[in-house]
Amino acid sequence: MNDILLDIKNLKVWYNTYQGYAKVVDGVNLHVFKGEKVGLVGESGCGKTTTMKTVLSVLDSSKSHIPEGEILLNGQDVLKMKDNEIQKVRRNNISMISQAPSAALNPVFTIEQQLIDVIKYSNASKGLNNKEMYQMAINAVNSVMISDPERILKSYPHQLSGGMKQRICIAMALVTPRELLIADEPGTALDVTIQDQIHRLLRVLVEEKGRSLIMITHSLGVARELVDRIYVMYAGNTVEVAKTKDLFSNPLHPYTRGLMECVPRLSGGGVTSGIYGYIPDYINPTPGCRFYPRCPNAMDICSKEKPQPIEVSDGHKVACFKYTNS
Amino acid sequence: MFNSDKKTMSKEILTIKDLKTYFPIDKTKFVRAVDGVSFNIKEGEIMGLVGESGSGKSTIAYTVMGMYKQSGGEIIFNGETITAKDNKRNMEFKKNAQIVFQDPGSSLNPYQDVRQILSLPLKVHKIASADKIDEKILEILDMVELPSNFMHKSPNSIGGGEKQLVSIARALCSNPKFIILDEPTSSLDVSIQAKIINMLLKLHKDRNLTYMFITHDLSLMRNISTKVAIMYLGKICEVAPTEEFYKAPLHPYTQMLLSAIPVISEAEEALKPKKVVSTGEIPSPVNIPKGCSFHTRCNLKMDICCNEDPVMHEVSKDHFVRCHLYEDSVRK
Repeated sequence: MNDILLDIKNLKVWYNTYQGYAKVVDGVNLHVFKGEKVGLVGESGCGKTTTMKTVLSVLDSSKSHIPEGEILLNGQDVLKMKDNEIQKVRRNNISMISQAPSAALNPVFTIEQQLIDVIKYSNASKGLNNKEMYQMAINAVNSVMISDPERILKSYPHQLSGGMKQRICIAMALVTPRELLIADEPGTALDVTIQDQIHRLLRVLVEEKGRSLIMITHSLGVARELVDRIYVMYAGNTVEVAKTKDLFSNPLHPYTRGLMECVPRLSGGGVTSGIYGYIPDYINPTPGCRFYPRCPNAMDICSKEKPQPIEVSDGHKVACFKYTNS
Repeated sequence: MFNSDKKTMSKEILTIKDLKTYFPIDKTKFVRAVDGVSFNIKEGEIMGLVGESGSGKSTIAYTVMGMYKQSGGEIIFNGETITAKDNKRNMEFKKNAQIVFQDPGSSLNPYQDVRQILSLPLKVHKIASADKIDEKILEILDMVELPSNFMHKSPNSIGGGEKQLVSIARALCSNPKFIILDEPTSSLDVSIQAKIINMLLKLHKDRNLTYMFITHDLSLMRNISTKVAIMYLGKICEVAPTEEFYKAPLHPYTQMLLSAIPVISEAEEALKPKKVVSTGEIPSPVNIPKGCSFHTRCNLKMDICCNEDPVMHEVSKDHFVRCHLYEDSVRK
């Protein structure tokens, strides 16, 4: 049995707004084993990026509030760590690739300077001289299938294409040994053939080095190709989790089913009518299940109580009263 | 009158002949964004234009609408030729051809409310008199299934999907024949996309519209277009009726793109062409490779491909391909 690397327990994150708290993350439960690739699938506004930013503690504390929850990294609660301890986590344990590589790279420094910075500030640089750090940077650029790494290292971000920038971000995330890589929709800004290249690369590098991966995406198709287990998020809750094969062969939660139906099929046959309704108001959420107003299987209890996740089969959990034995 | 009993051929709404749009960088270098494109769209068709970023698909849309000046070739809309010289579009064109843009956030004026946004085209094209404008606006909001209280909302207070519905409503104001939809759902979640696409298909049927639908999402394209054209670096590689495009793609680029689509079932995996792993970068449109522009990434390239640019040929009925691999079959 593999060790659990990251264990998020009942996490709640609220944002301060002048109208009151926006209760965006409302009880998220998620864990990642060592060496595992996990997908976090959900639509805009469901709280996936917020959850991951909380893991790295990069939310603005003046604008956000964490009323409940634990984030255990190797058994230690990240939320209770002091600033210097969290700093160590960010430099040595977890790295994140964000959606827009242009935003993640500093436009006034060369790629070399940015890569060397990552190496310099981590434990991996102990005992290394400048030449050795430079070689590490070269190796990192080579590992993301960029030929001519010397020229790329001397370049500034604006001189590279979107696909190259994203590959550099991946190189930066993997240049020093990290246990966990969080990739936030790394292919969104890119064309489908380049996206395909990037995803293959990610998978190979993560598997080669035995790292764990959390892949955030709104595309079920991308998750299916890349990860071992998928969490489905809706309006701040993880509503379903299963091994990839199981999720697609037997989706349980009405939201998961609705989402799968909305994906246009390569076989043709037209487009469905979508999921009725809108995402809830986070400031005044209705009690009970947040999917209740949109659910085709809604029952009376759903509007009053919040369903807790129950295990339906091996590793397949769903938070829905439809599956609770009354 | 006398031909009413004979079945007439569908009229061509838009014909593009060897269209070119070049952007100068300096005295010698150009970005050849659209580099000799020809196609036609008949009444009632939904022509899909697919390609990756930098392929020139949006540039074609903007050139047709007159937002960019054409550098060469012909645009014939509804039987009338638009000359490159002055690049002007007359009122007849502006009334009959409309466009819906990709980014709902930047295509609606944030300082106006929906009522003001929709009033403008109604006034300009004299669709409704001043006293009947509000009535007409409610009618149009109803067409896109938006509630009447949307009249007084501003773009900042509505979601991405709703903003796109307002953009579509705006396009419908002038009662057009032809609408260009430039990646209308690319920035939206899949559940909202489904609603918008359904709306567009319903309008297409109810109002006898013709669409040019641009997207990079090949799964979406499969479900809405009647024929598909695929572009690479400013040129069209292949055009075919939808079913044939997906079942029997000929151009190596089409095959590469189709094989990279992420799908959600084994049944769909089986429909994709054999996996072609794309290697290399997409060349810059400033430095288009000599010969066939795709040869630097093509797994089936021959010697001739590095030197000679292939020409578009009709390989079977309505199926056109621009590739040296198929030139022999044409000569036979």
